[in-house]
Amino acid sequence: MKRYVVKRIAQYVPVMFGVTLIAFLLINVAGGDPVRTMLGTEASEEQVQMIREDLGLDQPLYVRYFDWLGDVLSGDLGTSIMYGQPVSDLIVQTLPVTFWLAGGALLVSIFIGIPAGIVSATRRNTKFDSGATIAAYSGIAIPNFFLGILLILVFAEYLRVLPASGFVSPLADPIQGIRHLILPWIALGTAQAAIVMRYMRSSLLEVMDQQYVEVARSKGLVPALIQNKHSIMNALIPTVTIIGINLGYLLGGSIVIEEIFALPGFGRLALNGVLNRDFLILQGVLLVTAFLFTTVNFVVDILYTYLDPRIRYE
Amino acid sequence: MSETQTTADVDSEPAETSDQQSFLSVFARTVRNDRLALVGTIGLGITIFVAVFGPFVLPHDPTATNLDQMNQAPSFVHPFGTDRYGRDILARVALGARTSLIVAFVGVAVAAGVGVTLGAIAGYYEGLLGEGIMRFADTIFSFPALLLALAMVAIMGQNWYNVIIAVGVVYWPIFARITRGSVLSVKDEEFVQAARSIGESDFRIIGSEILPNITAPIIVQGTISMAVAILLESALSFLGLGVPPPDPSWGRMLADSRQFMTHAPWWTIAPGLAIMFTVLNLNFVGDALRDALDPHQGDEMEATR
Repeated sequence: MKRYVVKRIAQYVPVMFGVTLIAFLLINVAGGDPVRTMLGTEASEEQVQMIREDLGLDQPLYVRYFDWLGDVLSGDLGTSIMYGQPVSDLIVQTLPVTFWLAGGALLVSIFIGIPAGIVSATRRNTKFDSGATIAAYSGIAIPNFFLGILLILVFAEYLRVLPASGFVSPLADPIQGIRHLILPWIALGTAQAAIVMRYMRSSLLEVMDQQYVEVARSKGLVPALIQNKHSIMNALIPTVTIIGINLGYLLGGSIVIEEIFALPGFGRLALNGVLNRDFLILQGVLLVTAFLFTTVNFVVDILYTYLDPRIRYE
Repeated sequence: MSETQTTADVDSEPAETSDQQSFLSVFARTVRNDRLALVGTIGLGITIFVAVFGPFVLPHDPTATNLDQMNQAPSFVHPFGTDRYGRDILARVALGARTSLIVAFVGVAVAAGVGVTLGAIAGYYEGLLGEGIMRFADTIFSFPALLLALAMVAIMGQNWYNVIIAVGVVYWPIFARITRGSVLSVKDEEFVQAARSIGESDFRIIGSEILPNITAPIIVQGTISMAVAILLESALSFLGLGVPPPDPSWGRMLADSRQFMTHAPWWTIAPGLAIMFTVLNLNFVGDALRDALDPHQGDEMEATR
């Protein structure tokens, strides 16, 4: 186990290093001349050169990378051209909105996906199972932005029971806060619920076929008890890892959902950075999402080995 | 009812391994036995037919504006209605199918080409080179696909090539993982050792002994990745960074229609359903093939993460 943890750290560190490298190279190499981009085509060559020296852009690439990495590690992600504020401040301001959104969507996916998966697996090949399978396929196939628009059309435009856009912090006003988040939660959580359901179903089916469940059955244990105590707990363990991976989809999906529902979150900040070519925002957003994703999955993987000591990694 | 095929169902079938049968015969058998695979194959056939022939066969020009016919509800003349310029939505959805299928197919082909090559190298040469390649794959994988693709298109410029390259970059790691896993599992088989003992080069062993044995899982992953790629392409277009206008795309149709959604909902619903239809059918086919070829493959993919 200790060897696995060490090995996993030996993977985590280079990946985080790679993340910074990609975020740096994307902006500084793939993007062409950042000063030119900033000043536009009318600026003279002298002006460009002056600013370049000012920003230290005449230095070799690797020197700039390590300078920049030092800034990033001390929490300085630069200042946004568009907002005139430090990127780190913008990220700190917008992240809570996205946590509300992604956290709720995660709960939607767990509370729909896991029970549906359990019922589907225990009533394999029944009408419920077929229905849930078709529903899960549809949930995966429907684009989250299309679902979001349909939800707005039905619940906000036609029925007028829920607001179509805007954010109210559930801490400030729980009722209004949740009313504003219900549609975004469904729009973002549906596909994840479908994935969790499919995963829970197949891992429970696999566990149910394994020998120790047979043994429990042959000992005369009540089937319901076997299901509860033996199968479900074991089937839940692999499902936990899929939830870690889903975090990436949730962060990516928040870009689209926050745009549709006008939520002032991290995804919207990312999109504004992209659409306005405010590359420092883009760089900060790339770093923070990759950091969150890699760290959460690192923690989940370590927890996983404690939850399930049978796991032996190559 | 084999669409909900499980481990138990498969174990009871005669044991066959994927390298003993041609991919086409597996495909034919899957479509015969699995209702969802049949539905998916027919559905995909329809989509491809519409994408290839639709623009020639359909009576309306997808770009012809007609201001007398703005925002018309579906009718016999315009089965999906018209948009705010009076353009026929069916014709535009058909042309959008081309965009989606081309971006998804070529993008995934790029991803598979890069991923299989790097994955094969990583599996064959374990150690520093292999580890380095896989950490690179993990690095790409740690960015949300949509965010990385958006960033690439925004930075490198919005055109067909860059959208396709973005799809390729975002999805190669999954192919690298599968290929590496498969190479590791066949590397020490007798036929590979035999080839090595008669002095064949590493390049030849990978190319002619190992890769032919792992084409099936790659095709399955390709099908499933195409479904995801279509969702990605439409999200990029929806956010304004997909294939540039005037080429129509489903995602941009949805974005354009949003402000007219209450009085012309068909304009929103037609491209949305087109995306769903295509993704659904690709997943039906991909999942059925995966179950038929190797019921445990999906689990292995997760476990090696």
